[in-house]
Amino acid sequence: MFGLENATGIDGALLVVGVVLVEAIILYVGYGILERIFGPAIVDALSGK
Amino acid sequence: MTMELFGVAVTLLAMFAGFGVLIGLLFGFFGMGGSFLVTPALMVMGYETDVAVASGLAFVFATSVIATLKHRDLGQVDYKLGVLMIAGTTAGIEVGKLGLHALQAIGLADTVVSVIYVGLLGGIGVFITYNAVTDDGDGDGGISHDADAEVDADDIPDIAKKIQSYRVPPMMNLRGGISVSLWMILAVAFATGLLSGFLGVGGGFIRMPALFYLIGVPVPIAVGTDLFEIVFSGGIGSFLYAMDGAVDLEIVVPLLAGSALGARLGAAATSLVDEDEIKVYFGVMLLLGSLAVAVRKIGNWFDVPELQTVSLVIILGAATLVAGAVVVSSVRELRSEEAAAASAAD
Repeated sequence: MFGLENATGIDGALLVVGVVLVEAIILYVGYGILERIFGPAIVDALSGK
Repeated sequence: MTMELFGVAVTLLAMFAGFGVLIGLLFGFFGMGGSFLVTPALMVMGYETDVAVASGLAFVFATSVIATLKHRDLGQVDYKLGVLMIAGTTAGIEVGKLGLHALQAIGLADTVVSVIYVGLLGGIGVFITYNAVTDDGDGDGGISHDADAEVDADDIPDIAKKIQSYRVPPMMNLRGGISVSLWMILAVAFATGLLSGFLGVGGGFIRMPALFYLIGVPVPIAVGTDLFEIVFSGGIGSFLYAMDGAVDLEIVVPLLAGSALGARLGAAATSLVDEDEIKVYFGVMLLLGSLAVAVRKIGNWFDVPELQTVSLVIILGAATLVAGAVVVSSVRELRSEEAAAASAAD
């Protein structure tokens, strides 16, 4: 995936772990934005308001 | 024709993403359970052991980054305690590995590690469940969001009170208004690291209860601080495996997409669900986990491959059951808060 199938050694490991870390941060920020937009409505729906 | 995204079948991506939501929820809620669930599942799916372990570690690393950030937002990470725990745990892991190598040399490693692992998982599970069930706490539901608020002395376990009473300087002031000797923290961290290195596991299931029962840290901060430590252990572990090209991004990327959502829900649920309920769920998870590991080991010893699948079914069943209970408890708590607010307004 992303052309990193054969990434090995220190440079390859840095790339792979870097991709995973960047994805984690993007997801954290992205889901955070979604939570701010849709969170209150979902909480209201779940609490039976 | 199979639909593909980034050269990977969409069905496979969706399956991993769904599995990720389940694991993320448990990970965010308990601060453990990542590699414990992912690695055996990948092995049963036919992935090579090194790929399963490496991808599990990379996944745990990324999920712990997300869950730690979320717990930080809730004020539930004690960085000072986390750094001290990392120092003590690292030293303990090294000594634990020496013990493991000594046992390997006399050919007893597998048997001894299996028995201790199952006994420890089951023992901690019984201890936590028993404590939570017999606890006559006020059951007021929910955990304070203010992590710096003073902890009620009645909420601190007796062993932790004893450990806190050894006032050997320097004393460290921790979140929750507790004060513990630096040497006691390092000793607890070393002991958990020793077990972790000896058993070859991440150690979340040992560290989280140790932070609460031995040091006296409130459960949400114990979870947040444990996750902070996993960022480092998971990061280093996945880097070492990635150098050999064992991390498979086709597994990690979709798993993470699902678990990031689950971890957010799980971390938020710790602020809703009653602390004793968290402990019961955690205890039940460990008990069923110990049963699953025992079944897998028996399958290995007697060469019955079907027992591997039975073990996986127990683990996945336990995970689904506990994750479902967490969701139901959170929704119930939200509804009772709403009902209380409505009756107060009337």
